[in-house]
Amino acid sequence: MIRDALKNEFQRIVGKDNVMTEPAELHAYSYDSAVLDQTQPAIVVRPENSESLGQVVKLCNENGLKLTVRGAGTNLSGGTIPHPGGVVCLTTALDKVLEINEEDLYAVVQPGAVTAKFAAQVAAKGLLYPPDPGSQAVSTLGGNVAENAGGLRALKYGVTKDYVMGVDFFDVNGELIRSGGKTVKCVTGYNLAGLMVASEGTLGVFEKLILKLVPPPAAYKAMMAVFPDVMDASRAVAAIIANKIVPATLEFMDNFTIRTVENFRKAGLPVDAAAMLLIEVDGHPAQVEDDAAKVESICKENKAISVRVAKDDAERNAVWQARRDALPALARVKPTTVLEDATVPRSKIPAMMQALDRIAKKYDLTIGTFGHAGDGNLHPTILTDKRDQKEWHRVEAAIDAIFEEALALGGTLSGEHGIGLAKSKYLKNEYGVGAINYSRRMKSVLDPNNILNPGKILGPLLA
Amino acid sequence: MADIKKLVSMLKELDDLLTGCMRCGMCQAQCPVFAQTGRETDVTRGKLALLSGLSEEILKDPEEVNEKLQRCLLCGTCEANCPSGVKVTDIFLRARAILTGYLGLPPTQRLIFRRLLTNPKLMNNLLSLGSSLQGLFTKDADSVIGTSCARFNAPLIADRHFKKLASKSLHSQTPHKDTPSGKSGLRVAFFPGCVTDKVFPQVGQAVLKIMEHHQVGVFMPPNQACCGIPALSSGETEVFDNLVRQNLDLFAKGKWDYLITPCATCTATIHELWPKYYGDKMDAVRVKDLADKVMDVSQFLADVLKVAPKEAASPAKVAYHDPCHLRNTLKITAQPRQILAAGGKYAAAELPGGPSCCGSGGSFNIKHYKLSDVIGRKKAESIAATGAKIAATSCPACMLQISDMLSKSGHSIPVKHVVELYAETL
Ligand SMILES: Cc1cc2nc3c(=O)[nH]c(=O)nc-3n(C[C@H](O)[C@H](O)[C@H](O)COP(=O)(O)OP(=O)(O)OC[C@H]3O[C@@H](n4cnc5c(N)ncnc54)[C@H](O)[C@@H]3O)c2cc1C
Ligand code: SF4
Ligand code: SF4
Ligand code: SF4
Repeated sequence: MIRDALKNEFQRIVGKDNVMTEPAELHAYSYDSAVLDQTQPAIVVRPENSESLGQVVKLCNENGLKLTVRGAGTNLSGGTIPHPGGVVCLTTALDKVLEINEEDLYAVVQPGAVTAKFAAQVAAKGLLYPPDPGSQAVSTLGGNVAENAGGLRALKYGVTKDYVMGVDFFDVNGELIRSGGKTVKCVTGYNLAGLMVASEGTLGVFEKLILKLVPPPAAYKAMMAVFPDVMDASRAVAAIIANKIVPATLEFMDNFTIRTVENFRKAGLPVDAAAMLLIEVDGHPAQVEDDAAKVESICKENKAISVRVAKDDAERNAVWQARRDALPALARVKPTTVLEDATVPRSKIPAMMQALDRIAKKYDLTIGTFGHAGDGNLHPTILTDKRDQKEWHRVEAAIDAIFEEALALGGTLSGEHGIGLAKSKYLKNEYGVGAINYSRRMKSVLDPNNILNPGKILGPLLA
Repeated sequence: MADIKKLVSMLKELDDLLTGCMRCGMCQAQCPVFAQTGRETDVTRGKLALLSGLSEEILKDPEEVNEKLQRCLLCGTCEANCPSGVKVTDIFLRARAILTGYLGLPPTQRLIFRRLLTNPKLMNNLLSLGSSLQGLFTKDADSVIGTSCARFNAPLIADRHFKKLASKSLHSQTPHKDTPSGKSGLRVAFFPGCVTDKVFPQVGQAVLKIMEHHQVGVFMPPNQACCGIPALSSGETEVFDNLVRQNLDLFAKGKWDYLITPCATCTATIHELWPKYYGDKMDAVRVKDLADKVMDVSQFLADVLKVAPKEAASPAKVAYHDPCHLRNTLKITAQPRQILAAGGKYAAAELPGGPSCCGSGGSFNIKHYKLSDVIGRKKAESIAATGAKIAATSCPACMLQISDMLSKSGHSIPVKHVVELYAETL
């Protein structure tokens, strides 16, 4: 329980209306999008300006209160599940786009600005902010930076970290630290902005972000290639890259996902196909024509049964609708949807697909797989019912097996969803204890009271 | 107060529906209440979590959960866009019924529901008395929109610019109707709905004029009862059953092909909620029959009578608001626009920012007037931004809210029902 005096202090900082302590309110901040156990904070605060954001951090540190910053709470790794009895600080009121600079191609935003709204404002000025996570309609830019979110365009355009030019953040003392800047090149001091990327709220609280913008491509072309065999599809992916073509997007769907999507939308998808690739090339019109033709022939050389090139925006939209439907369609099959993001080197996708197949059989589970084939980032999606305890134990074992397999193939625990609580126990398998100890030492100096999102990434710290 | 264990076991029945929510949070992009407050308890995901919390006995205060649950317009936008296909409005309606059963309604509200709503004659008499007295308490606010506001400090009216009760309701202008089908060979049963009847009789008259024009016979029995949504959304299922039964009996007295209404909420309620929530299972066939035959009036005109848009040289722009219950629940968006353009005089202007709830949500407007007000004012601004001189929609409840909001924001833009504008051109 939080003491009345502290509650009053918080009220003084953020205003009475922005402090929540009722049981129902606390309960509503006990979860995020990850399938993990809930824990409740003692208090939830919603600062409306950066001064009060800084003061909240300071007050927490002075009183040893564990602080979890929360954007949209859409992360899939438990990053915003608070420390029991801690403080949740919402950024939903800090949602302004402060500047879109068309001359120097950058934007300055508050951390709570919603990704898609920001991207639309940028687009209205004839520019592009490429990172487009599937959650962009609600996710916040602060959350994107803290998770280093990726998206459909990551193959060619990179992920959030490739667009972070600067981060202004509060340290635990509530001091505002500036890092990075508005110039294309900036190597002043340590790369603190880089340190903040993927820090999942454990190293500082973002106050302001400077993000890079780019000119949008002049033309694009989407296509859908159907394969009789997963191996053929994977070989096509490798061949496209080997031919020095970098599509903007190169997405994969397995047979189970194709069938589920077809069931859901009845859009005439090839239900017999073992796999489908959804590809978009973009850039200069002439090059787009060229690349599209090459991709088409590479797919055919790799035994594609058919390649459908979208002729207009409506057809292009139909291609992307199929991809957008993947999660909704799978999510309707069973009550609980566990979306993983184990990532392997691209050449290992066939091996990973085989492994997933083996794991699904071994643990007697339904797994649909789709994802970003172009960057080796697959989303094996386990469909289950958490209430079925026996099955749930098998799900947990299968998740362990998936990560083990990904690491054995030279891959990584997370392509884009972060480590949070969900995967901290696997961390040493990927980087070893050295990296963990180094990180812990760093954190213990920057955050001596261990108030910033404790337990995330590095697991429970020994005092 | 009943036993909390009982409450928990009743909530457990919602379990299957509740577990479908994967907590992805995508509803944050949809919910108009969340857009205003940014609070998890105000978005679908949060409310579903509260219900789960209550059923799992992590939360122990049903009153508190109920209060949060009421902060919802039942607009269905989240449901129409939920990736998991969670039956949100179904869950909320059932939960409200369970919680109301447990907590009980405030006595005055219960009295209104039990005594008044279920007795159309009594309600009509009382309201016509009210209509003749209301001039004493109100003054005109905007003469173009036709709104009034309170003369004295009246808590329920607050600073609302409301449409007055019509001096003569539809049922007193036209107590009943029973005309044979003409050339069309069709006969419709006509359910105007309370707001049309009491506040916008001209909408009802427009429907009658249109049916006459297209030679469609009309069966409009007297003493129609409310469609029941106010009772259902407050959890008063007995009252709801009573109202549905009254209407079933009434409409069974005539022969007709379709049941038409000019009220998006009524159409959605009869189509979706009557078959789902009507308690008398013996009567399932009658309810299903009515639910299958009910149609929004524009839908009837466009889909059945094939009334098509007419090309016009320079049509006047009309800002069209999609009522949530047409757009989300029934997926009807094209037909009202078609009917708007059918007279060859008007064309629908789209609102910047796309469709969104007007913030009325029935009793939401009364319980959470401030929130309703901010949501509604945004709507008013987006209507004004189209530059149109007229606003139109397909739901009298939306008309009330939008009139209030436009009037208060100082935009003298009259609000019409789509059928009024069409009838005008006949
Ligand atoms: C349906 C769905 C699709 C998704 N698709 C993708 C995808 O394609 N690619 C992808 O990468 N991810 C995806 N995600 C995961 C998730 O949306 C991203 O991780 C996103 O970046 C989280 O943003 P958020 O605003 O919800 O952050 P939150 O979940 O609120 O927070 C995430 C982390 O950021 C920290 N944080 C938030 N704000 C601040 C701040 N101001 N200062 C410091 N730390 C902060 C939090 O403490 C937490 O650790 C998806 C999730 C869902 C539910
Ligand atoms: S969009 Fe649907 S599944 Fe996702 S959190 Fe909201 S209600 Fe739950
Ligand atoms: S029905 Fe409307 S108001 Fe209610 S939770 Fe859904 S979107 Fe929000
Ligand atoms: S939906 Fe509203 S307007 Fe229509 S009959 Fe029912 S209460 Fe009256």
